[in-house]
Amino acid sequence: MELFTNQVLAGIATGAIYACMALAVVMIYQAIDHLNFAQGEMAMFSTFISWQLMQWGIPYWAAFVITLALSFVGGIAIERILFKPLAKAPVLTNVAGFIALFAIINSSAGLIWDFTIKQYPTPFGSSPFLGSQLISTHQAGMIGVTVLLLLGLYFFFQYTKIGLAMRAAASVPESARLVGINTSWMIALGWGMASAIGAIAGMLIAPVVFLEPNMMGGVLIYGFAAAVLGGLTSPFGAVVGGFLVGVFENLAGTYIPGVGNELKLPIALALIISVLVVKPAGLFGRQIVKRV
Amino acid sequence: MSAAEDVVTEAPAVEAVPKRAMTLGTGTSLLVLAVLLIVPMFVKNFIIFQMTMLLIYGLAVLALNILTGGSGQFSLGQSAFYAVGAYTSAVLMEYFNVNYALTIPVSAAVCFAFGYLFGKPALRLSGVYLALATFALATAMPQLLKLNFLEHWTGGVQGLVVTKPDAPFGLPMSQDTWLYYFSLAVVLAIYIFSVNLLRSRSGRAFMAIRDNEIAASSMGVNVALYKTLAFGVSAGITGVAGSLGAIAVQFVAPDSYTITLAISLFLGMVVGGVGWLPGSFVGAAFIIFVPNMAEGISKGLSGAVFGVLLFAVIYLVPHGARQIAIMGQQLVGRLRKN
Amino acid sequence: MTTLLNVKDLRAYYGQVQALHGLSFSLSEGSLTTLLGANGAGKTTTLRAICNMVRSTGGIEFDGKPLNNRSTESIVRFGIAHVPQGRGTFTTMTVEENLQLGAITRKDSAGIVSDIERMYAHFPVLKQRHTQQAGTLSGGEQQMLAVARALMLRPRLMLLDEPSFGLAPLVVRDLFGILGKINREDKVSILVVEQNAQLALELADQAYVIETGRIVMSGNAKDIANNEEIRKSYLGY
Repeated sequence: MELFTNQVLAGIATGAIYACMALAVVMIYQAIDHLNFAQGEMAMFSTFISWQLMQWGIPYWAAFVITLALSFVGGIAIERILFKPLAKAPVLTNVAGFIALFAIINSSAGLIWDFTIKQYPTPFGSSPFLGSQLISTHQAGMIGVTVLLLLGLYFFFQYTKIGLAMRAAASVPESARLVGINTSWMIALGWGMASAIGAIAGMLIAPVVFLEPNMMGGVLIYGFAAAVLGGLTSPFGAVVGGFLVGVFENLAGTYIPGVGNELKLPIALALIISVLVVKPAGLFGRQIVKRV
Repeated sequence: MSAAEDVVTEAPAVEAVPKRAMTLGTGTSLLVLAVLLIVPMFVKNFIIFQMTMLLIYGLAVLALNILTGGSGQFSLGQSAFYAVGAYTSAVLMEYFNVNYALTIPVSAAVCFAFGYLFGKPALRLSGVYLALATFALATAMPQLLKLNFLEHWTGGVQGLVVTKPDAPFGLPMSQDTWLYYFSLAVVLAIYIFSVNLLRSRSGRAFMAIRDNEIAASSMGVNVALYKTLAFGVSAGITGVAGSLGAIAVQFVAPDSYTITLAISLFLGMVVGGVGWLPGSFVGAAFIIFVPNMAEGISKGLSGAVFGVLLFAVIYLVPHGARQIAIMGQQLVGRLRKN
Repeated sequence: MTTLLNVKDLRAYYGQVQALHGLSFSLSEGSLTTLLGANGAGKTTTLRAICNMVRSTGGIEFDGKPLNNRSTESIVRFGIAHVPQGRGTFTTMTVEENLQLGAITRKDSAGIVSDIERMYAHFPVLKQRHTQQAGTLSGGEQQMLAVARALMLRPRLMLLDEPSFGLAPLVVRDLFGILGKINREDKVSILVVEQNAQLALELADQAYVIETGRIVMSGNAKDIANNEEIRKSYLGY
C-alpha cells in the first residue's frame, strides 16, 4: 500500500508538469482550433531566453517577468508573420507549418545555446516537501502555480470582455465579426497567451528535466495527451488530465510487468485512447452535437 | 443563398477532391512511366538506389493519401504499418528462406489485417483524437519491436540484416538496377489498383464519408465498414512499401521506424497535395532530398533551413504539387485555345 | 426624411460567379424596408455585401459615409447590426453571454446591464433560459435571441436575413410584431430580407423586389401589396 501511495504522489508531482503544458495546449486550441506541434519548442526557447537573462546577471523573478513579456510578444509575432498568411490554407497545410516551426526553433536553439544539458534554478528550493521524499518544494510550488494559472484563466475567460470575445471568435468566427470582434487579432492574442503560458511551463519544468533543446519533446506529448484526455475545450479538464496522466504513467511503470521506462509512454497513451473510445469528447469536454 | 449551406455546421477537415482530379491524364502518365523506365539505364548505382527509395516512400505516401485524401481519416501512425511490413519480409526471408518476391503479398495481407483491426477501435475517434491514437501506435512500435520475448525473431535493438536479391534469369544488371525495376513494377501495379479503387464503388463511399459522414450514412453507406477498410488498405500498401524498403536498405532495426518516419510521410502528403495520388511521389522526393539539401546549405542549422524551405513551399502552393499541376493544366488549356 | 443607407450600382461576386448586377436602392432613417425576391435572387448577398462579407464593387454609403473596403467588424461600429441567415447563434455559450456579445463594442457597462433587462422584457422566454446553452434553444427562441443580440448594439440600422425561416407561423407573427414595435419605439431602422412576401409587406413601409441580382420594382409597401399584377408575377401569392 505504501508503494501505491508513493507512486501516486510521484505521479501527481510529474503530473503537474503535464498539467502546465496541457493548459498551454488548450489555450491555443481554443484560439485556433488546432494542436500546435511547435508549442513545446516555443516553451523551450522561452526558457532558454530566461536562462540567458539570468546568465547576464538578472535576478530570477525579473527574468521570469521579462521572459513572459517577450514570449507573449513573440507568440503574437509568430502568428502575424508565419501563420496569418496560412489562415485560408487547408488544415493539414497548417499542421505542416507547425512541423516546420518546430524544426526551425529546435535547430536555432541548438545553434545558439548548443545541445549540452544545463542546470536551471528553481525559486521554490528543492528540499523535501512536508517531509515527503517524493514531492519536493519545487514540485509543490509547480502544482501551486498550475492551480493559480488555472484560476486566472478561468476568471479571464468567464468574467472579462476580452475573454468572452476570444471564446466567441473561436466558436463562431463569422458571428463574432458581425458583433464587431476583430477575430484575426483574437487569434494572435491566443497565440501570445499560449506562448506565455508555455514559457511558465518551460521555466517550471526545466529544473526537473534540465535545460536543453530537446527537453520538451516528451513533455509536449504528455501535455497533448492530458489535454485530449481532459477534453480540449476545458482548461480545468486539461489540468485534471495532466495529473491523471502523471499518475497513470507511474502506476503502469510500477505494476505492469515488463513495462519499464521505454513502454511507459505507449501504455499511458493506450489507456487514454481507451478512455476516449468510451468518452470521445474527453472527460470534461463539451459534447458538440453535429448536424448535417 | 440556399438554406442548405448555412445548415452545414462543420466544414470537413480534408478538402473535397473530385475523383477525376485525383490522377493524371493518360498521356502524362505514359510520359512519366517512360522516363522512369529509361533513366536508370544512364545513371550511377547510387542514383538508382535513391530512385528506388523515392518509389518506396512515394508508395507509403500514396497509402496515407488514400486514407486521408480518400476517406478523410488522419494518421500519424503510418510508420508502424511500414515497420510491420519491413519485419514481415525480413523475418520470412532470413528465418524461413522465403523468396523476397513472395514475402510482399504476405506483408500486404498481414498489414491489411493489422490496419483493419486497428481501424475498429479507431472508428470512434476522429480529428485530433485519431491523430493521437495513431501517434500512440507510432511511438509504441519501436518499443514493441525491442521487447525481450520477440527478440529471437526481431533481433532486438540490433535488428536484422536482409540479403539483397540478384537479378533473376541471369539478366545483365546490377542488384540495385534489378531492385529498382522490381519496385517500379510493384508500385505501378499498386498505383493502378489505387486509382481504380478510388473510382470504384468503395472509392465513392470513402469520399462520401470524407465529405460528410452523417450524410453518407443516411444514404446507406456502411460508414464503419468503409472506414476500417480504408485503414486496412492503407496499412496493406504501407506494409508493401515497408517490405520493399527493408529489401532495398538490406537492414531492419526498431529505430528506423520511429515517429519521425510517420511525420515525414505526412509532410510528403501535404507537399504533394492531399488527395492527389501522383503528388505522393513529388512529396516523397521532397522528404528524401530536401533534408539533404538543407544539410548542404548549413550543417548546424539544417533543421531551420528545412523548416524555412517547408514554409516556402506551403506559402507558394498551400495545396501542394497538385496546385502546380492544375496551374499547368490551365496554361496548356489556354495555349490550345489560342 | 433623411437617407440612412444608400446603395449604388452594387455588384457582388462569389469567386468567378457574379451574384449582383448593379443594384441600387436607398433606405430612409426610421423606415422599415423590405427586400423581396425568390430563392437565389440575391437578397442575402445584398446584406452580406453591405457588411463586406462578399467581394463587391459599387457604392455603399451609411449616413453619408462610405462603407466600402472596411472590415466586417469595423462596419458594426457604425451601428449596423446584422442578423445573419441561420441566426449565427453562439451555440456553446449561454443565452446571457450571447446578449453580452451583442454589446461587445459598447463601453457603457451600466447601459448594457439595463439593455439586457430590456431584452428580457421584450422576449420573456430568454429570461427563463438565460443560463442555458444557446444551442439548446428551439429555432424560434434562437431567432429571438439573434434579434435581441443585434439590438444589444443599440443599432441605428438592423439587417435581418429571413427571420421567418423555419419558424412556425404563430412564432413568426410574434416576431414580426416585436420588430414593428422596435422600429416604432426604439427608432431602429430595419432592412429585412424575406421570402414570405405577404407578411413582410404588411410590416414594411417601403419595399424593393429583386430578381437575378437586379432591382425590378420598388415603392410603397402598401401599393405593392395592393397591385395584383406585381404580386402574381414576382411574389407568387
